[in-house]
Amino acid sequence: MATSYDISMNETAPEQDSHAPVVAVENLRKSFGSQNVLNGISISVSRGETLAVLGRSGTGKSVLLRLIIGLEQPDSGSIRINDREIAGLDLDGMGEVRKKMGFLFQHAALYDSLTVQENVAFPLEHHRKEMSRAERDGRVKQLLAEVGMEGNLQKMPSDISGGMQKRVGLARALALEPEILLLDEPTAGLDPISSSEIDDLILKLQSEHQMASIVVTHDLHSARTIANRLALLNEGNVVIEGKFEDLQQSDIEFVKEFLKSS
Amino acid sequence: MSDRGFITVAGPGTPRPRRPAVLRVSAFSYTSALFNGFFEWFGCLAIFSWQVLKAAVTPPYEWRELIRQLDEIGSMSLPLVALAGAAIGAVLSMETRESMTRFGAKSLLPTAIVYTVIQEMGPVITGLVVSGRVGAGIGAELASMKVTEQIDAIEASAINPYRLLAATRILACILMLPLLTVAADAAGLLMGWLAQTLAEPISLHQFIDRGFNGATLHDFLPPTFKTAVFGLIIGLIACFQGMRTRGGAEGVGRAATNSVVLASLFVILADVVLVKIILVVFH
Repeated sequence: MATSYDISMNETAPEQDSHAPVVAVENLRKSFGSQNVLNGISISVSRGETLAVLGRSGTGKSVLLRLIIGLEQPDSGSIRINDREIAGLDLDGMGEVRKKMGFLFQHAALYDSLTVQENVAFPLEHHRKEMSRAERDGRVKQLLAEVGMEGNLQKMPSDISGGMQKRVGLARALALEPEILLLDEPTAGLDPISSSEIDDLILKLQSEHQMASIVVTHDLHSARTIANRLALLNEGNVVIEGKFEDLQQSDIEFVKEFLKSS
Repeated sequence: MSDRGFITVAGPGTPRPRRPAVLRVSAFSYTSALFNGFFEWFGCLAIFSWQVLKAAVTPPYEWRELIRQLDEIGSMSLPLVALAGAAIGAVLSMETRESMTRFGAKSLLPTAIVYTVIQEMGPVITGLVVSGRVGAGIGAELASMKVTEQIDAIEASAINPYRLLAATRILACILMLPLLTVAADAAGLLMGWLAQTLAEPISLHQFIDRGFNGATLHDFLPPTFKTAVFGLIIGLIACFQGMRTRGGAEGVGRAATNSVVLASLFVILADVVLVKIILVVFH
């Protein structure tokens, strides 16, 4: 299929080194009132692999991530993290699972009363109590250096740009060295240069940390850059899942339309 | 009104006009929605309370946040509560003096002031002032955190938000209310004495001596400690309203307003019940 894209599929993305899925979602359904958001979708991600979930606004992409991290409960279906069923776990049970996950919110969701440094230190203070203050500070500085924010330790979230907030959010998501990284629209609302920087950063972190990642985005360019596989959602269903080339070769009308308009 | 717009006068033979079906249905729907909303609110509050209780009694305990909240709720409310208590003491002294003199019971003025301030006015004024200051503060803060996904971020970081945000604030309210009440009482008595001594000089020692003459701890401890219940109400309602907020800035405003209104209302209602319990149990 001929397209006008001149970008190449992510060649540097880490290869999947294990076929056992770290995240396995099966037949997941979720509705809010009379509105069906997810109509029985199934996806899986293995260690070192990045899956980009694409789709139009309001197709349940972010809801999928919120279900995986337990911020919403599914109506039916199964969510398995490292082969452990998490649907229906209580807050404390879910807490144990969440320690293995990092989540970057669409608007970063930094704690506005804490500095950049305190934001990143927050999960460490609660879950790495054995760390001394000096060790914790060192780890925070290292994390902020990884995302290029080492010079902004004492700034408040309101004093930094949207792109910088996302970087800090990413550092916070990585604080507990998660096995699974969930990214909700990491480049939304950013200028092309900042978007590209965030994409590069995600790629770098992926190759260093070998996490299983799910990236929700409607930015096809970004998805193509950072993901090994793409899943296209429409009306709560996965229309197609595979490499970018699979999407390009698809005869499905919605896929063609999506690629054409992206 | 008739169909043509004339006013018809209902007489014995006139059939009673029926309200249009649409109006009857909408009135029924409205009442039903009101009842549903009422019971839903209490149901959600019960579930929320259970979550907070579970989080509060199981480790890890959030000591640092609790101390921060004790300072925020206690020290920061102290000047306001003391000022309100002082104003009530002064007004009470001036008002009571007038009526006591009329009934020839002027010598009982210190007793009247002491009992009224400590048994009722101090606790209620503290409850209402804290409902306003702390209720609005907690409601708005948590609502703002909710709409900007900060509470979700706490939960996503494997931290129980009921433990970190709600339990600490509610416990701080429970612990600080009796202490703030003592401060309001002290300020009220001091100003009560000052107002009286300006009208008719009496030493503070004499005022206190007469005021507390024949009093027992049962007269003063239960009314002071009942404010721990006020603290529970204020903290619980403010945290609940804040953490269930939906919508943007409007939702935050609504949460703050509802926190203050509901907390004040429930403090007054709880006072009626608590006064009756204290009278039955301690007298």
